[in-house]
Amino acid sequence: MTNAWTDIKNTDLVVVMGGNAAEAHPCGFKWVTEAKAQRGARLIVVDPRYTRTASVADFYAPIRQGSDIAFLLGVIRYCIENDKVQWEYTKAFTNASYIVKEGFGYSDGLFTGYDEEKRDYDRSSWDYVIGEDGFAVTDPTLQHPRCVWNLLKQHVAPYTPEMVERICGTPKDKFLQVAQMISECSTPTRTMTSMYALGWTQHSHGAQNIRAMAMLQLILGNIGVRGGGMNALRGHSNIQGLTDLGLMSHLLPGYLNQPTEKEPDFETYMKPRQFRPLRPGQTSYWQNYRKFMVSFQKAMWGEHATAENDWCYHYLSKLDVPAYDILRMFELMNQGRVNGYICQGFNPLLAFPNRGKITSALSKLKFLITMDPLETETSRFWENHGEYNDVDTKGIQTEVFQLPTTCFAEEEGALVNSGRWLQWHWQGGSPPGEARHDTWIMAQIFLRMRELYRKEGGAFPDPILHLSWDYKDPHEPEPEELARELNGRALTDLRDPADPNRVLVAAGRQVVNFSQLRDDGSTMCGCWIYSGCFNEAGNNMARRDNHDPDNTGAYLNWTFAWPLNRRTLYNRASADLNGRPWDPSRKIIEWDGTRWTGYDVPDIAPTAKPQEVGPFIMNQEGVSRLFTRGLMRDGPFPAHMEPFESPVQNVFNRKMRGNPVARVFQSDVETFGDADEFPFAATSYRLTEHFHYWTKHNRVNSALQPEFFVEISEELAALRQVANGGWVRVWNKRGSIKAKAVVTKRIRPLHCDGKDVHVVGIPLHWGFTGSAKKGWGPNSLAAFVGDANIETPSSKAFLVNLEPTTAPGVQS
Amino acid sequence: MNVDLSRRGFLKAAGAGVAATSLGAMGFSEAEAAVAAHVRPFKLANTTETRNTCPYCSVACGIILYAKGDVRKGETAEIVHIEGDADHPTNLGTLCPKGAALKDFVHSPSRLTQPRVRRPGSDRFEPISWDAALDRIARLMKDDRDANFLARNEAGVPVNRWTTTGMLAASATTNETAWLTFKVAKTLGIVGFDNQARV
Repeated sequence: MTNAWTDIKNTDLVVVMGGNAAEAHPCGFKWVTEAKAQRGARLIVVDPRYTRTASVADFYAPIRQGSDIAFLLGVIRYCIENDKVQWEYTKAFTNASYIVKEGFGYSDGLFTGYDEEKRDYDRSSWDYVIGEDGFAVTDPTLQHPRCVWNLLKQHVAPYTPEMVERICGTPKDKFLQVAQMISECSTPTRTMTSMYALGWTQHSHGAQNIRAMAMLQLILGNIGVRGGGMNALRGHSNIQGLTDLGLMSHLLPGYLNQPTEKEPDFETYMKPRQFRPLRPGQTSYWQNYRKFMVSFQKAMWGEHATAENDWCYHYLSKLDVPAYDILRMFELMNQGRVNGYICQGFNPLLAFPNRGKITSALSKLKFLITMDPLETETSRFWENHGEYNDVDTKGIQTEVFQLPTTCFAEEEGALVNSGRWLQWHWQGGSPPGEARHDTWIMAQIFLRMRELYRKEGGAFPDPILHLSWDYKDPHEPEPEELARELNGRALTDLRDPADPNRVLVAAGRQVVNFSQLRDDGSTMCGCWIYSGCFNEAGNNMARRDNHDPDNTGAYLNWTFAWPLNRRTLYNRASADLNGRPWDPSRKIIEWDGTRWTGYDVPDIAPTAKPQEVGPFIMNQEGVSRLFTRGLMRDGPFPAHMEPFESPVQNVFNRKMRGNPVARVFQSDVETFGDADEFPFAATSYRLTEHFHYWTKHNRVNSALQPEFFVEISEELAALRQVANGGWVRVWNKRGSIKAKAVVTKRIRPLHCDGKDVHVVGIPLHWGFTGSAKKGWGPNSLAAFVGDANIETPSSKAFLVNLEPTTAPGVQS
Repeated sequence: MNVDLSRRGFLKAAGAGVAATSLGAMGFSEAEAAVAAHVRPFKLANTTETRNTCPYCSVACGIILYAKGDVRKGETAEIVHIEGDADHPTNLGTLCPKGAALKDFVHSPSRLTQPRVRRPGSDRFEPISWDAALDRIARLMKDDRDANFLARNEAGVPVNRWTTTGMLAASATTNETAWLTFKVAKTLGIVGFDNQARV
């Protein structure tokens, strides 16, 4: 989230699209209720189902899953057409005026540079014209035909209300009503917030869904302001934290990158990461990359990381592919090329698409280690549960270790909420039986392996033997010790460059925040964006002062938000070119003539003059990007793409399937189905009574929603002669499941590109362990293909067929 | 901010001292005291309160754990009640149907309490000691790493990739657990390393 949960109360319009906050994030959704009750805010829901969020909305519009880009580009077109643009903001704070290279274009659903064989674009034309002075060329009058604004106008032109209706199935009048309500937020004193979740991310074009809304929010002037923003409602309690900390194949902490083998040494790695400003006087904060990277390497390997050895750069793995993401790993596993796997608090057998493939892959492992407080289907993937898990137990040669861990109530540390607040919590209960902390288990595995490498030697033991492990009890590092490493400290006295006699931070002291980090090896810091969370003032994540001066919703003294305790990202953009708040009643910060002051930590240098330094300090441009150069694989603008399994063809290019640059493994091609065989558009979702596959282990939640079901319209029920509460079989080439049918008015058939589209809703909470009745989940049927940029599986849109059947275990 | 604490303090005092005399001291009449005498003692009396966070979604509601016993004093502590934290700015004490049932997670019949192993081809888990399990795991991992670690690619560039063992990290562990997990996984060269955010 750019903003905080508590900031949503400041909004005028909430758009929930790609999520279902009332159901999946109920206590956060209360801030929507608050905005409606106190400010008269309105709520729009756009969703294939009339969800519980829709039931309290001011306006609901249906949409076919996977067609959100067409809808959003339609809204952008409407705003441009009707002059509903926050012009001052758009001109000053976006790249609307930047001139794009000759050669860039878009036709037949594809941008220039497409290579069908490689399933990739040559992105060299997707860039700005760079002048002789080294800066991007701009036309502030927006007259130049190749400026971003005019290219955007041209790009969104086809997305008329009629086209939106044809692609999305949203009736034209309903689309226009939504567009009109959104366009009202183009004035400087009306703000809109976007609340989205996995309904947008789980598509082969997921990242572009989000970009489309971000672009709309930018031309409405809604980024950086109170009650505005792009608010990703993260699904789990610390998904934000684990991503921040770089627990991903392609990442290092603080969104630094895992090196690739094209970067054989540190200087080659750093060369494309200079981040020179693209306009005069801009901050381009990533220019500090080297300080963060060296401090991270010092945190990993301590005194062994020296300037002479490139700070142990050669200890880091170098990738030969963009990432060994989960889809690639399970593909490799299924090919028999993976021997061992560790699942820490993760249940891939129910979480990853094409469960048949996941079972087959796990069965080829030599060993599997699970760490969890609860039973998981994954740890029992080898156990036969009749048709719920019909495996050949004897034939599965995998050795499985099930390690019991503590749960939230039995451990201490910080979780990062969706609004980037690092909130400390304390242990209140004793673990049951022999359950142990994850930190203890990870330390045991590491120390045992290190000992083996000491005794026996082996493959490149250096990074293992030299890993910094300076803990009071090496067998169980304490949370506070680990948090202090994340904050970082001085390794030698840090002296003031202007006055070498002045010591800013003495050796051994915690740095105050990342502004004190250096690239000469004199500082260490595990994760630069967290720096400031545990400095010499103490554990700032444990702060509990809930005062909120003038009720802005900022709560600056409650725990710690990254970066630098900042609550609203890009908050410099809440003020105009002269530093005055766009809406004085919703001030965040303002320029007082010499510095920025206000309710939040300014997202700009405190003395940066408003006319000179742009608000988007992480970008080389200093402004935000409507056109994103070559930074995304599938286009500098979002464009309509169908799901890989879609009930209709792409109206812009009927031969194009899914995202034209998404990675598809050969073994999965044959598992894709077509609409003539599998005519219904399925989607997945969760219910407010359950949390994924955990709460079926709780008796209360199991009683509240005991049984798996699928949700279909009355029309589809009539078409397939299904009775409400009757059993149905839902299947495609990847799997087959049985469920009771909930026949509902909440789902209605859509009319898309001349045909009726029936939607099948499949909730995701059931499996074969726990207190609830046994059932299946949508992952038995979802397609094994990910987003083109980040490989998030496209679990929200796939095709199925459906027919009446008998109960599981009963022969018809 | 401590209004609510004093409310709870009051309730605790009232629950702990159901004797008519202490209620009388608070200004209750005899009739009310007689009723109170038949009421079950307040279940949160003499419990230890601990601030915690709901482990489910990213709203991260503040919660209060009530336990018999105090882990900070080295005692065994059993969670007897969990409720929303009224001081927390986001949830203001409220909880959803999942958060309100958190005690059932802590005491779920399917909580795991001992390390177990399933041998190849077997149809059951059997108990194993932590030491035996961890020794075996370290052995399996080291043998696999030594056999399959790619130190250099064909061009001779040091690449340090261990692709034959992978790891999925959790979505509800703390930052501190995550950092320690990161250190171990990345220093071993595990490149097939992801977390729930990928999904």
